[in-house]
Amino acid sequence: MTPILQIKNITKRYGGLTAVNDVSFDVKAGEILSVIGPNGAGKSTLFKLISSFVPATSGEVLFNGTRISSLAPHKVARMGVVRTFQETTIFRSMTVRENIIVSHHLRSKASLLGFFLGTKQAKEDEAAFAASADDIVDFLGLQAIRNELASNLPQGHLRALGMAIGLATDPKVILLDEPFAGMNHDETMKMVGLVRRLRDERGVTVLLVEHDMPAVMKISDRIVCINFGQKIAEGTPKEIRENEKVIEAYLGSEDAAIGM
Amino acid sequence: MNAKKLLGFAAFLLVVFVLVPLIINATGRWGFFYTLTSVALLSVAAAGVWLTFYIGRINIGQGAYALIGGYVSAILVTQAGVSFWLTLPIAGLFCAFVSVVIGLPILRLRGVYFAMVTLVLTEVARLTALALPITSGAKGITSIPLPGELSLFGLTIIPAFGSLSNPRFGFYIMASVLMVVTYLVLWRIVNSRLGHLCRSLQQNEELSASIGVNTAYLRILAYAISSFFGGIAGAMFASIAQSIYPSSFVVADSVNFMLYCFLGGLGYVFGPMLGTFLLYFGWDLLSIAKEYQLLIYSGVMIALMLVLPNGVLSLLDKKEGGK
Repeated sequence: MTPILQIKNITKRYGGLTAVNDVSFDVKAGEILSVIGPNGAGKSTLFKLISSFVPATSGEVLFNGTRISSLAPHKVARMGVVRTFQETTIFRSMTVRENIIVSHHLRSKASLLGFFLGTKQAKEDEAAFAASADDIVDFLGLQAIRNELASNLPQGHLRALGMAIGLATDPKVILLDEPFAGMNHDETMKMVGLVRRLRDERGVTVLLVEHDMPAVMKISDRIVCINFGQKIAEGTPKEIRENEKVIEAYLGSEDAAIGM
Repeated sequence: MNAKKLLGFAAFLLVVFVLVPLIINATGRWGFFYTLTSVALLSVAAAGVWLTFYIGRINIGQGAYALIGGYVSAILVTQAGVSFWLTLPIAGLFCAFVSVVIGLPILRLRGVYFAMVTLVLTEVARLTALALPITSGAKGITSIPLPGELSLFGLTIIPAFGSLSNPRFGFYIMASVLMVVTYLVLWRIVNSRLGHLCRSLQQNEELSASIGVNTAYLRILAYAISSFFGGIAGAMFASIAQSIYPSSFVVADSVNFMLYCFLGGLGYVFGPMLGTFLLYFGWDLLSIAKEYQLLIYSGVMIALMLVLPNGVLSLLDKKEGGK
């Protein structure tokens, strides 16, 4: 079976600086794969490359065997590869429910003109979006804040809202950007459970970038570690934990940092 | 639309099409028809500017499209003998087309950069009108015939304006109908999915793209609709004034369109309509202050933006919040 996502020799240079250098790995359908690395290792750039928010200098990304790396971001999303952002990226002056409803855009069958004229299809779409939004609200446990303005939400909820927005697009692969950042232990454990359910109940393949090592070790099927823009290791959490290069990359705080 | 809104809309129609004409007829101040016609047409152009605000772009170039629309209609009527009623949509569509060509490169810009480029557009349009032979330079196009009869299947819908005993009243009705239709369209856009997507664009373009919105297409679409409004407003202006000059719409007009939106409220569909009305009459009223007119006017504008940053219509929100 071909992997759902193939990252092939991808490289990104900004002037003289090589942010991502010749990185290759595969993501299998239905797995949770984490990309880790010290600050400035190129994780975020790698994410932007995969979701096609920045063009690659060389190399390519394949989704189910189709090249997606030179497509516009909305086309990549349309194919089912959707990224979430860190917490501040939401539609601030909409309510939680409005945020989720508007994010159902990809599922609409009616055209924009159809929506303008209020055709039957458009009305069906709107009803379906509302129902699905309520579904997602329930799934993520956001019932209490569904009519709250997004700009009023605390961090933890913003993260969940970001995930809800991603889910609304009905993704095949979801790219989570530091879903546990700034969370305490309990919140992190709750989010770990949520990400698992995302995969188990909704069948979404999860690719995440994260700093929080204990959480990464707990949640991931496999881990890719990058440093200075290069892949230095790939494997199961156990293999990564014992990999010398990884330990070296985190040297100085190695034990605490990789959760041993 | 709920019952309360329908009632409000009906009341609005009653005022515009029955009450105001009755009052003007009773007082005999016919000049008022002309003033209100101007307000209605300016508010149509301002509606377009408001829509570009709605996708998060500051548009100070609507004067350019009003000018282009005016010239397209004037040239077609005087040189090709096309019926004014046909030139109205043509002017709008031509402006929409021009805005797509211009918008493709400049809509990539954001914030103050987009605003700066649009600010230049009006001046470019004016200089172009001065330079082109077809627009006959600084002399402009004058003695444009009044709109003729509009009939469909032999049925006269609108009589020829030349045959009217009071063309001013005719123009008032025509401009008001255009205004009402424009704002109905705008209201519908904002309350349909198109408007929701525009809002998503306004608030975060990256996130919009990540949920699959073709942001470039949507920006162009909104800008084209905006320019369409500018074009038809300009076309009708030229026809009412029976003339158009390169200086018919200048940078100051473009700035005013933007101010109308600010004053009325960027979060309210009917904001630009109210803003146009208030500013237009406010300016006229202040003429009693003679040389201090501009000083008082700008002072009040600054104060209003400080006290009511979300526009005059935000007063309604506060009242509702207090209930």
